[in-house]
Amino acid sequence: MGREGKEDGGEGAKLRNDVSPSVEAPVKKAISVTVNGVPYRHEVEPRLLLVYYLREVLGLTGTHIGCDTTSCGACTVIMNGLAVKSCTVLAVQAEGATILTVEGLAKDRTLHPIQEGFWEEHGLQCGFCTPGMMLTALQILERNPEPSEEEIRHGLDGNLCRCTGYQHIVNSIRYASRKIKEEGGTAIPETAGRERR
Amino acid sequence: MIPAAFDYHAPASVDEALRLLRSLPDAKLLAGGHSLLPMMKLRVVSPGHVIDIGRIQALCGVREDGRALVIGAMTTHWAIESSPLVRARAPLLAECASRIGDIQVRNVGTIGGSLVHADPAADYPAAVLAVEAEMTVVGAEGRRTIRARDFFTGVLSSAVRADEILTEIRVSALPPGTGQAYLKFPHPASGFAVVGVAAVVRLRGGRCEDARIGVTGVGPTAYRAEAVEKALVGTTLDDRTIAAAAEHAADGVEANEDLFATPDYRAHLARVFTKRAVRAALERAGRA
Repeated sequence: MGREGKEDGGEGAKLRNDVSPSVEAPVKKAISVTVNGVPYRHEVEPRLLLVYYLREVLGLTGTHIGCDTTSCGACTVIMNGLAVKSCTVLAVQAEGATILTVEGLAKDRTLHPIQEGFWEEHGLQCGFCTPGMMLTALQILERNPEPSEEEIRHGLDGNLCRCTGYQHIVNSIRYASRKIKEEGGTAIPETAGRERR
Repeated sequence: MIPAAFDYHAPASVDEALRLLRSLPDAKLLAGGHSLLPMMKLRVVSPGHVIDIGRIQALCGVREDGRALVIGAMTTHWAIESSPLVRARAPLLAECASRIGDIQVRNVGTIGGSLVHADPAADYPAAVLAVEAEMTVVGAEGRRTIRARDFFTGVLSSAVRADEILTEIRVSALPPGTGQAYLKFPHPASGFAVVGVAAVVRLRGGRCEDARIGVTGVGPTAYRAEAVEKALVGTTLDDRTIAAAAEHAADGVEANEDLFATPDYRAHLARVFTKRAVRAALERAGRA
């Protein structure tokens, strides 16, 4: 047998070659975003997902890709004050947005209370889910500064951890809740933007 | 997973979006994207053009219009769940929104996107059926209204035509003495409703004057459990009557089957959750 397609000549080969994408050359779009307080501007393909933009264009690899199907929450970032799964947001949808990733949590070499909580309460083992866990935790605490254990667990519905069994994560979030109250601050820093209503 | 290539459009108004929808071949509307993007990533759909209507401000938010509550189609689940206006005027919708997916999904997903996607296991369909919401759509021939009853036409199919846009969801105020509740059995992994039941009951002089039961997750589309409703109206809604009425929750429905639930199990869950939802609504009617 020769190379595939040689034998059946014209017809078969032609059909295979005819499979062309519905859009030949998609028009790139310019986006401006502020991530962890730093403004960026890039031309991106419309199909680029926000998580790939953060990781591969900006080099912020703290945001993880876990399931890639909106289930595990490893890719959670805070966009305009709202925790979102960045594997299910197009980079072009983030045009004009203010975004906080795990890299933006610590300030002046001091851990954010949620990071301190995960440190003190052993809230991680392998650490893969941790960035998403911490950013989701901030959303929980922003809406409910002193959540019960049950409220924390309900809030973590969209974040999976395969190591800890969750108990230490819950403890870490309660630690952060106490610490934020002590310091009189807000859970979500200004650099995460604000919800637009 | 990466979607196939497409061109992206972000119109600033509904008129502009309609023009794009008419002129571009092979176009899809993008709302919050939490149904469309997963399908595009799996390449179940690969539209040539994506029209992002999620940024159109006129489609976002909740307002009152006389005695009706009007919810913009691009209002997020979180905005609905947390809106004092929705909680006061249509608590069933707020309760339903709060049970969808997870925090992150509710922050982005929209009521309009969910309704038009018409997933047979979505939560809102049961609620809009039970509150008898009306959906406003606009298209080339202007504006029309679709009743919740006529809205869901099949699996992933709604009565909204390809060249139309759902703009708002209208809910009429319910009279005093009305109780409402949404209860669901979520799929343990996906959070979608294996079964979800929305119940609205109205009491007058100790008797049930009106009952509306919306059921999702069970059949190819959400439906009104009319046999249950008939069996409830006119009674005092005692436990035995509710239990007997709920037995009809899946009558005449060809129940869905998947790895998690057989048709028989789904029908059973429909009966159990109908009983519980009616009881919960009744309890709230007493307090309303």
